[in-house]
Amino acid sequence: MSMKPIIEINKVSKKYQIGAKQPYLTLRDSLSLNLGSPHHAESNSFWALKDISLKVMPGEVVGIIGGNGAGKSTLLKILSRITPPTSGEVILRGGVSSLLEVGTGFSPELTGRENIFLNGAILGMTRNLIQKRFDEIVAFSGVEKFLDTPVKRFSSGMYVRLAFAVAAHLDSEILVLDEVLSVGDSEFQKKSMAKLESATKSAGRTILFVSHNLNAVQRLCKRSLLLERGRVKIIGDTKTVIDTYLGENPNSFARSHLIQGNLKDFKFTGIKITNHNGSSLIKSDDRLQLVLKYASNFKESIPDARVIITILNDSSQFVLRLDSDVTVHTFDHNLKARGEIICETESINLSEGKYFVNINFSVQDTDKDCVERAGTFEVTTDPKVYDYKYYPNKSISNHLIKYRFR
Amino acid sequence: MEIIIRPNRSVGLLNLGELWRYRELFYVFSWRDIKIRYKQTLLGVLWVLFQPLATTGIFSIFFGKIAKIPSDNIPYPLFVFAGLTIWNFFSTALATSSQSLLSNEGIIKKVYFPRLIIPISAIITAGVDFAITMVVLILAVFYYGYHPNWQILFLSPILLLILLMTVVGLGLFTSSLNVKYRDVRYVIPFFIQIGLFLTPVIYPLSVIYDYRKLLLGLNPLSGVIETFRVLIIGSNKFDINLIVTSLVVSLAIFVFGLIYFNKTESYFADIA
Repeated sequence: MSMKPIIEINKVSKKYQIGAKQPYLTLRDSLSLNLGSPHHAESNSFWALKDISLKVMPGEVVGIIGGNGAGKSTLLKILSRITPPTSGEVILRGGVSSLLEVGTGFSPELTGRENIFLNGAILGMTRNLIQKRFDEIVAFSGVEKFLDTPVKRFSSGMYVRLAFAVAAHLDSEILVLDEVLSVGDSEFQKKSMAKLESATKSAGRTILFVSHNLNAVQRLCKRSLLLERGRVKIIGDTKTVIDTYLGENPNSFARSHLIQGNLKDFKFTGIKITNHNGSSLIKSDDRLQLVLKYASNFKESIPDARVIITILNDSSQFVLRLDSDVTVHTFDHNLKARGEIICETESINLSEGKYFVNINFSVQDTDKDCVERAGTFEVTTDPKVYDYKYYPNKSISNHLIKYRFR
Repeated sequence: MEIIIRPNRSVGLLNLGELWRYRELFYVFSWRDIKIRYKQTLLGVLWVLFQPLATTGIFSIFFGKIAKIPSDNIPYPLFVFAGLTIWNFFSTALATSSQSLLSNEGIIKKVYFPRLIIPISAIITAGVDFAITMVVLILAVFYYGYHPNWQILFLSPILLLILLMTVVGLGLFTSSLNVKYRDVRYVIPFFIQIGLFLTPVIYPLSVIYDYRKLLLGLNPLSGVIETFRVLIIGSNKFDINLIVTSLVVSLAIFVFGLIYFNKTESYFADIA
């Protein structure tokens, strides 16, 4: 039996006018410029998506990953028919529900009960279906007691739990989800994850899933798509795609800042960042392993070498500094002329997020090579490991540690 | 079910099948707006009557008693209340529907459904107030001792059709224009205010000279209000030419609004 793909994306592109992103037009501007169409300056446009093609079979769960501005949200918006593509075509062989935001259309003045009906209808559920699922939705959300309270008096946690509960009971064949697992506390996230897993395994839904939570992508999706600046970088097995995203590929880093390095003298040629098991999915209690590859012109060995590895968080704050001169556990001061420097840490205990690595190499106190953002890695957290009840705000603390009060 | 997404999804003027599939949303959006409006109000539904009754009182004193504007032999309060009932529906429906796409911007950017539902739901919401006021008007008609002409039975659906086509057409046009050009929101209240004086609400069409009458006849609300007032006091002296003119003009407004809306609909999420 040959099955037809349930989602078929053929060479979809989307162009945005940069001008259109600026503050709105006024009638006067338009009249005085005498320009009916906004397509006046070709140079003011950019391709948010270019030639995206993808086929998804029924029952498949496909992850979409990529950095900010890679085009993930635009792609989902096209699939959910919120905005049309500039060219190309999409064929959907089944009903689609899209969840680009949790709680779309929630009205603060209305009660929890009223918002279940409102939100359900906006997401495309019929009144009958909502009524049938009502008890299930309420039980899943855990806000029974507040059903007749206006949601403006809900805590933000209750609000997202209710909103997610409605969305979790959608029953269309195709689900398009954007960052929906990032809501609620860890207990609720687990529940949501389990709900999604059962939607795919037992109910056979087809899901397109965008998330920054690479662990969730890894768990839910066999196949993934990596977008980079609006283009498909790679489609394939999720592990391979995630590794590509995290910059596994050596030699791929940009040498953005070079202080004094005489490239003939010495240069880094690659970096590999993993946990102690060699996986690029790093949990906060994992030990970190950094492998730095280098080459040099030194004949036999490099005398008095020193490496400083600095780790920064995504707001460019310094988080850790690993200095080969500071620790007693260091390499031989006479390094080989080419090879690898390996740095292993104890549990890093960093909070969830993306981190950057800067490398500085000096010989006899002279800087030889300095690479900013030589590599990046992503850390995921399970608050339970630290005996936390919920996930702490990462803007408050970069580090996680077990502690007790008495 | 197979959905094909292409750059230009022009599916004709009206995709009725799709509207039918999403029909519950008309109800849901109107229901939401009504609920929100009467949450935390003391008088609740009585507010619906407050505005037309207060306006009727004031207009009766100033235009009826003091300025002595003629009213085709109808008691001035009843005359102006009948006009205001229709005019208030028109102005409220137009004002809210022209703002509706913007005030539902958050939903438009995140969920797909036929966008037409939003401005039309705003009109339905205004229709609820209209129905309540209409009941009071009918009571007032009997209170003043009039019995409506029997022809109202088949003419009122036509009048309603004219009224709805006009307000839907204008609502669709202004709401989509409002997404693109934000100065529309300042212009509309002004036009509504002017419109009250260009529509025979506080005066009858009979006080106007012929060629100007023709001009005012192009305003479809003229036909609706004039005919309606003639009928409720039991007379049959309505002007059939005026009704036909109004019908043709309102149909033109409706089709124009629909075409303009369809042309801009798919880009709302990009520019809103």
